[in-house]
Amino acid sequence: MTHSISIAGLVKEYDGRRVVDEVGFHVAAGEVYALLGHNGAGKSTIVEILEGHRTRMTGDVTVLGMDPAHGGRELRDRIGIVLQSSGIEDELTVTEAVDAYRACYRRPRPTAEVVAMVGLDEQADQRIGSLSGGQRRRIDLALGIVGQPDVLFLDEPTTGFDPAARRGAWELVRRLGEGGTTVLLTTHYLDEAERLADRIGVLSHGVLIAEGTPAELVARSGRTTVQFGLPDGTPADDLAGLVPRHATVDARRVSFATETPTAAVHAVTSWAVERGLELADLQVTRPSLEDAFLGLVEPADDGEELP
Amino acid sequence: MIATAPAFPSAPGLIGQQVRYQLRTFSRTPIAVFFTLMLPVTMLVLFNALFSGEEVNVGAGRLPLRHFYTGGLAAFTAVSATFTNLANIVPIRRDEGVLKRWRSTPLSPWIYIAGTIGSAVVVAVVGVVIVLTLGVVAYDLQVEAAKVPAAIVTFLVGVAAFAALGVAVASIIPSAQAAPAVANAIILPLGFVSDVFVAISDPPAWLDTVGDIFPLKPFVQSFQAAFTPAVEAPAFQWGPLARVALWGVVGLLVARRWFRWEPTRSTGRRRRRPREV
Repeated sequence: MTHSISIAGLVKEYDGRRVVDEVGFHVAAGEVYALLGHNGAGKSTIVEILEGHRTRMTGDVTVLGMDPAHGGRELRDRIGIVLQSSGIEDELTVTEAVDAYRACYRRPRPTAEVVAMVGLDEQADQRIGSLSGGQRRRIDLALGIVGQPDVLFLDEPTTGFDPAARRGAWELVRRLGEGGTTVLLTTHYLDEAERLADRIGVLSHGVLIAEGTPAELVARSGRTTVQFGLPDGTPADDLAGLVPRHATVDARRVSFATETPTAAVHAVTSWAVERGLELADLQVTRPSLEDAFLGLVEPADDGEELP
Repeated sequence: MIATAPAFPSAPGLIGQQVRYQLRTFSRTPIAVFFTLMLPVTMLVLFNALFSGEEVNVGAGRLPLRHFYTGGLAAFTAVSATFTNLANIVPIRRDEGVLKRWRSTPLSPWIYIAGTIGSAVVVAVVGVVIVLTLGVVAYDLQVEAAKVPAAIVTFLVGVAAFAALGVAVASIIPSAQAAPAVANAIILPLGFVSDVFVAISDPPAWLDTVGDIFPLKPFVQSFQAAFTPAVEAPAFQWGPLARVALWGVVGLLVARRWFRWEPTRSTGRRRRRPREV
């Protein structure tokens, strides 16, 4: 399978501070890849290097077989970019803005189609200056896809969206992905990465610390949690040998993590059935991507954010 | 797959499209329209109402004051439409991220700049025509056919030079907030020593020198020369025009060296949300 995006040994420093540290990954043609990380993890820097907006210090980077630092017009015609924050001419209407931007591509989508794809039909003739923040963000999306890009970069595409608008944007990205568009998106929303991405790369302090499908990441972090209420009149000591030593008992609720949930549940339930006990609220919980993510990265340094 | 892709749209077509859409944004910005087009007209009417019937000495010869105002304010309108306009709008577009968005598209950077300058020149043409028409209709301005080529050449050299200087100032202005102050701090005082607002019949030598160093006075006087009976046709003022052109080249070099497509990191950015590195 050909790679739409290839990165190896990418390094970027700002004022001597390393914000991208030896990052490498590939995104296959037609794949949706999410870079997941806290603010300041280096996601946007990587994406802006791929878009050609930033220079890199060292490393090999290709997008559609071209070096983004020198790809020029040929590359920009085949990529779509939704920047994290960038203005549009407020004086234009939605339709006029899409018309203005689509004119410079070689194989643009029809304006009405793009406006409909992002759900702005009703606002098509409104001035952009009169739109809400979420609606403006949808124009960002519209201008990102108007050139029918082979590769679409989405830098935190749904920040500031209400839940309905977010689902709409997810639906759009999924449709684009199904249509063969390669998508690289950055997000700090785990549900977004889980819903959209074929694969996820987890960034922490400029280092790619994990990579895989959502299921792989979960499986990697992860041990399943078994929980149940201790039956009345049963001392916790009775469980000795039955549950792992690291099990905790809190307010008569037993909880432990295990890599072999089937065996663990069997042991506990057999024990209970033999004694005619009912285990209140027995739960077997798969770890979520959030658990996996939190297990991988340290908490964000709120005070450390570059301007 | 690239082989099957159609050709890029042609450069002239793209420039035309940029000019059209930038004119549309300009025409929907009332404050810019007022300051660029209506203010010179207002000044023309007011100045003539306040001081009429006199004659003045300027570099080009002896002019009736009403001709002086018409030619001077027409030239000033061209400067407002190019220099002042570009020095204001380019930093605004840069701070808002509009320039960076265009930089993300396959549109060549020079075409975007050409479209921006082209739209400013169109506004300048409209403004100059309005002021001159008012001059002919109300203030007895005479347009001699033999001097029209000189007027057009002077206009073209002027708008080219002042557009380049406007983009140059935009390149070194740190943020959009500073832009109106910087542009006006340059152009308004210069207007007073460059025969735009007042005719100084016997100026101190140093003021004359200041006016001659900067490009506004040579441009204004060259333009006035094309409309005064005191100067014989064809009325080309090659010396002053060369000085204007030289300033334009300086502007071009500054813009080439320092033009930026992105906001300065520390200033001017409208932070819509916390920015990540």
